[in-house]
Amino acid sequence: MADQDVALMAHLLRRAAFGASRDEIEAKVAQGYDNVVEELLTPQERPGIEDDLLMRYQPAYHEAAAIETNIQAWVYRMINNPRQLQEKMALFWHMIFCAGHSKIDSGQEMGRMIQMFRDHGMGNFRDLLYRLSTSPAMVYYLDNNESHKEALNENYGRELLELFSLGVGKDEEFNYSEDDVKACARAFTGWNIAPPYPPFPYGRSPWDFRFDPADHDDSEKTFLGETGNLNGDDVLDIIARQPATARFLARHLYNYFVADDVQIPAWRLTPPADMAAIDALEQAYFDSGYEISAMLRVLFNSDFFKAEGVRYAKVKNPAEMVVSTLRMVGEHREIQPGLFELSQEPKYMGMDLMNPPTVEGWHTGREWIDSGTLVERINFASDLLGNTELPGVQSLVDRLMARGDTLTPDQFVEGCLDLTGPLTVTDDTLTELRSHALKGGDLSHGSPAERADFARRTGEMFQMIAATAEFQFE
Amino acid sequence: MVSTQKDPVLAVLSLSGGNDGLNTVIPYANPLYRDYRPKLGIAEGQVIPLNDELGFHPTMGPLKKFWDEGKLAIFLGVGYNNPSYSHFRSMDIWHTCEPDKIGTEGWLGRALKEIDPNAENVLTGVNFGRGLPRALVMDGVPVASVGNLETYGLLTGIEGENQRDQALDVFGRMYSPAVGRSAVLDYIHSTGTNALKGADILATAPDKYTSNVEYSSTVVGQYMKNIAQTHLAEFGSRVLYTTSPYNGFDTHANQAVLHSGLWSDVSNNVETFMADLKDHDASDNVVLLMFTEFGRRIGDNGSGTDHGAGGVAFAVGDHVKGGIYGEYPSLEPSQQEEGGNLRFNTDFRSIYTTIIEDWFRMDAQPIVGGSYEKVKFL
Repeated sequence: MADQDVALMAHLLRRAAFGASRDEIEAKVAQGYDNVVEELLTPQERPGIEDDLLMRYQPAYHEAAAIETNIQAWVYRMINNPRQLQEKMALFWHMIFCAGHSKIDSGQEMGRMIQMFRDHGMGNFRDLLYRLSTSPAMVYYLDNNESHKEALNENYGRELLELFSLGVGKDEEFNYSEDDVKACARAFTGWNIAPPYPPFPYGRSPWDFRFDPADHDDSEKTFLGETGNLNGDDVLDIIARQPATARFLARHLYNYFVADDVQIPAWRLTPPADMAAIDALEQAYFDSGYEISAMLRVLFNSDFFKAEGVRYAKVKNPAEMVVSTLRMVGEHREIQPGLFELSQEPKYMGMDLMNPPTVEGWHTGREWIDSGTLVERINFASDLLGNTELPGVQSLVDRLMARGDTLTPDQFVEGCLDLTGPLTVTDDTLTELRSHALKGGDLSHGSPAERADFARRTGEMFQMIAATAEFQFE
Repeated sequence: MVSTQKDPVLAVLSLSGGNDGLNTVIPYANPLYRDYRPKLGIAEGQVIPLNDELGFHPTMGPLKKFWDEGKLAIFLGVGYNNPSYSHFRSMDIWHTCEPDKIGTEGWLGRALKEIDPNAENVLTGVNFGRGLPRALVMDGVPVASVGNLETYGLLTGIEGENQRDQALDVFGRMYSPAVGRSAVLDYIHSTGTNALKGADILATAPDKYTSNVEYSSTVVGQYMKNIAQTHLAEFGSRVLYTTSPYNGFDTHANQAVLHSGLWSDVSNNVETFMADLKDHDASDNVVLLMFTEFGRRIGDNGSGTDHGAGGVAFAVGDHVKGGIYGEYPSLEPSQQEEGGNLRFNTDFRSIYTTIIEDWFRMDAQPIVGGSYEKVKFL
């Protein structure tokens, strides 16, 4: 199996999935890159998690009220859903279509919203915006239930344009005016939720979307140059055909799947790093009639995605750090105790899932890292990777042993980096790792004592690799 | 205005979940209290009286001592306009001082930026607990977040002191500055170096520490001890923060038992903490603030109490002017906050303003986001 094929497949699976074990990476290489991309893009054609079975083992996940349970169930799916790109896209939309528990205060509604992203996140963008605009959690989060024919609340109308579809501007121009915000908000009056029961003492009931024609502003509106008695549906149609929407989506997909871009508020004035890539994604958006999967197909099959220059060019977000490390070492691939604690780890690393800091979401890239979160990231990954008693880590040790009866320190370091990525590190880092390995000399695994020492040193080297700055990237 | 020889330090204990103020500082002589608390009312004979009207919950004896010494400030009716009944949102408002929009910076983060603008000391602010509370978040302010002081550090999973020392040595060299790296990689390297520095310094705190007092083995006890250890080690930390177990004070049910346990734990550990500092002649420059995100419903629900509005907060310290600040919110139905709750009369930002101006001697306005009348407890 050619090294470059393994490296490319590992790259695809770090981005389009939450990583994979070495065995899985090699199995996918055998399947062929194009086939794997197609498999990722057509989740409906292959089995996912069997919900019936999951709920039998974890009845608490069923319509769970507690936010912690909903987060835990999501982390379980991130680790185990065979339709990995669905989970990756659910996280993608959660990071853009931000709504948070701090205001919604209902774990069940947050769980329903993520399920909507999971089910429809690779579908048609116009359709997704409709589902978002009728999501009770979003209606409540952005106060559309407080927006009335006689007393307009612009919150949803504004964020729909600024943060969910057009973006503030592109190519230094503004994408919409304040009048467009007002027209948009007026078009969505009456898009409301049915009054929910009070939560105490019996707990919450699910919320329902309800259109209230009596509270809908029926008068004429002009939105992005189009005039008529526009309602929310018409506004979404107009939004979907804007070049700005194509740009917004293309740039978000590039930022999430290819390489870290500047923070979103800077997009109006800062052009994309790779304009040709953005052009190709925009083209796919219009050619397909706004299909997100069509954009993803172009992206994963493109040279700009496969290029070596973009590998490890993105800082892992905390969910990626936690889930991909677990998948690399093969832990929690079935239901086992301890998942609750693990599902809290992204929060310790600065990503409180289902509770983004604001509607603008988390700042990504290097902003994931501060002195507190870096300690959490390093300790989490090195504890797992260094634990040679875990079967997944043991299998990496076995693979390393299979490389030869005796490994020189350099071969040993090279092997460890290969099996934890393949990870590319700077020359400085490589020098340090090699000089550390040199202190222990050559490694053999003939006798039981040698095998034990081999395993110990491998675990130690994995810990140091997990502690590198390079391991913070994907 | 207070002046101490040493730099002023603020310790914070956040009581997570919404403490029931009505059964903490009890209006025991008010007949309405009896009417509203048929199940959960504390019998007059059990209340620890502070004066003719108000008294402490029976488990708060250790705090009463500070009251008698004139070192305990009790803030009544603390809150803000248009109260949020969501734990998360209300805690966020207390953390960010932003009741009308979602804020991303914490008031203490902004204070730390002012205290140590160039982040020269990586331990100016230290949090005890996993994950950083929003109160301490601020761009360019490194705050160490310590889950367990005894074992805090990098690569703590490596067994064998020698092995770990070697690994940390490699880490230190891998993260040392070098030319020609990308900006992001550079940033991560300097962050890693800061983290290592902070961990190295913090790791010495437990060894330097000797004490004649015993904290409880609870989370509150252990983190209060960690705060004392860090303060006594003289690392120059100015804000030391911790939070009681998440939503522990959220006593919707079985409150009689739970609330007693919570306050006995807090009172005992606060007493121990202050005694510990005093034994080491290190209490002079510390103020301890205790707050919660909201109070609870006036009427009990038969077993517990639901989320409410105006609550109580406390400050303890050698330089605290003991007393009662603010009015006890009226229990009269016509005077209540909508939904059967106590109406606030002391804005929490007034307490913050006093701490920032009279303790840290800084301008509070940009830190708390406005001008608030001070509560003269310092």
